[in-house]
Amino acid sequence: MLKNYFKIAIAVLKRRKFFTFISLFGISITLAILMVTTSFVDHMTGARYPEFKRERSLYVHSFKSSSKKGYINGGEPSFYFLNNYVLKLKTPEMVAICSSPASSNAYVNNKKLKLDIMFTNRAFWDVMEFEFIEGKPYTQQQILNGEFVSVINEDTRDAYFGQGVKAVGKYIESDNIQYRVIGVVKTVPITRMFSSSDLYVPYTLPKSGIETKGYMGNYMCVLLAKQKSDLTKIKEEYNQMMAKLPLADPKEWDTQESYADSYVGSFIRRSSGPGSKLGTIYFVIGAIVFVFMLLPTINLVNINITRIMERSSEIGVRKAFGASSGTLVVQFIVENMILTFLGGLLGLVFAAIVITIINTSGWIPNADLSLNFGVLTISFLLCVLFGFISGVYPALRMSRLQIVSALKA
Amino acid sequence: MIQLRNIEKVYKTDTVETLALHRINMEIDKGEFLSVMGPSGCGKSTLLNIMGLLDAPSKGEVKISDQATGALSDKQLAIFRNKRLGFIFQSYHLINDLRVLDNVELPLLYRNLTAAERTDLAREALGKVGLSNRMKHFPTQLSGGQKQRVAIARAIVGNPEIILADEPTGNLDSAMGNEIMEILLQLNQNEGTTIVMVTHDEHMASKTHRLVRLFDGSQVQ
Repeated sequence: MLKNYFKIAIAVLKRRKFFTFISLFGISITLAILMVTTSFVDHMTGARYPEFKRERSLYVHSFKSSSKKGYINGGEPSFYFLNNYVLKLKTPEMVAICSSPASSNAYVNNKKLKLDIMFTNRAFWDVMEFEFIEGKPYTQQQILNGEFVSVINEDTRDAYFGQGVKAVGKYIESDNIQYRVIGVVKTVPITRMFSSSDLYVPYTLPKSGIETKGYMGNYMCVLLAKQKSDLTKIKEEYNQMMAKLPLADPKEWDTQESYADSYVGSFIRRSSGPGSKLGTIYFVIGAIVFVFMLLPTINLVNINITRIMERSSEIGVRKAFGASSGTLVVQFIVENMILTFLGGLLGLVFAAIVITIINTSGWIPNADLSLNFGVLTISFLLCVLFGFISGVYPALRMSRLQIVSALKA
Repeated sequence: MIQLRNIEKVYKTDTVETLALHRINMEIDKGEFLSVMGPSGCGKSTLLNIMGLLDAPSKGEVKISDQATGALSDKQLAIFRNKRLGFIFQSYHLINDLRVLDNVELPLLYRNLTAAERTDLAREALGKVGLSNRMKHFPTQLSGGQKQRVAIARAIVGNPEIILADEPTGNLDSAMGNEIMEILLQLNQNEGTTIVMVTHDEHMASKTHRLVRLFDGSQVQ
């Protein structure tokens, strides 16, 4: 039966080449956009280098104080807050603390080189899984000693010392401070804000901003759970800690908010304010994706109705010879799925081309978008959904056709 | 085999009601070859469609092999048609996107048969109509007579008890028409298939066991 459906589906595609082109073009472009979007989302949110432990991590990068008068002050938490309160939580296995990358200037052959510097604690190197091309991370002792050591990324090494030149043991100077290079890591794409920087240095060094005494500053942290099931406990402990946190300035502020969220959740909360309801935001994002898929689906539904109604004689004959309406609905949905999957394959090719262009163009520095198993699975499910939705209505409409009318048409 | 009781068919539009069939009563015996004649628009095809359960009467009852069909669901009707009825249309209604063999296999798709079983039966049916050498052709590559023979093969492939033919020779010249008529007669004689044929051709009708004439929706002979 399926073979027969396949035969007829291919034959119909060959019959009206212009319609087929329009359908396949629409489907493949839509699915290619969805695949690239999925790949981009995966690139942004998936457990990728060096943040392979995202599944069992919670992220903190916002803190908000508000008053009854309606004043709100929001931003990143301070080292003081993270070090004195978050680091004291008992449920996390480790807490990686790092600063927002600060911009600095280095000079190579009288040419200015803009470098981002990230101040981190020791646990940062254990929570993240950096690939060391040379050397190793700084030790707790080096941090406590305030040693001017740094780990740099591969791009910085190539730009500062020369392509592929060994850098460990050499000095790199940025903003008039000399750091001894003790490690070189594979560069992290700029989109991973908890781990992307050009230089990584101990938080005890100058300009790190750890002296700020308030709860807000320029730091963020990653809470690593022993296992995924501990995440809820960590959230609970974090919320309890926040409930007991003394007000930074009781005269000015009445409430303080900060949350330990999943990676995606932390970003959504940050972009929409620390007190936002994540469920609502997920719903809005889902609705946007749905509308994005709905428009090409409606277009495909119209094309499918035209295509199917052209085959009314076939519908009449099939019904006359024993096909029930239900059987025909299944046939037309399967045919549409075949069309969608052909479009999906073309879309995959387009998506692979676009992804290669994004990865090599430098639009997103060091981007490593890919069509990995997860992306392909989601793409497959999108194909199924798209094919099903766009096939159901035309198939149902067609199946209601009276045999005699179908044969006369 | 087929019993029609007080069959009426009315086509309604917003403003007009047209009576296509008026109180038709008819019995067709097993193994009978019946022809239905009458001027254009007299209701011949409507009657055939009602007999073939392709259309429902506005009033009256259709019984086939003593089974009343009025209360059957869409699915039950589909199964009934598939197992017991075969159709031959004036304009063949072959699926041009499918090869001859696939066209003939079509009624068998809706039975629980393997692909090999379907192919064997379709080959056999094509053999009966003398088209074994055209199995891999597409309908558009065939003459009118050949197309109608494919349609006959499709009608008989499921070994139905009844074949309903709506002007099967209407689009063919007399030589080809005679060939098709000969195949139908053979089917009736050799296999005992009950055949009801709508025709405009007195000569063809004269070859059948019985002739029914319709005029303005009523049976006049």
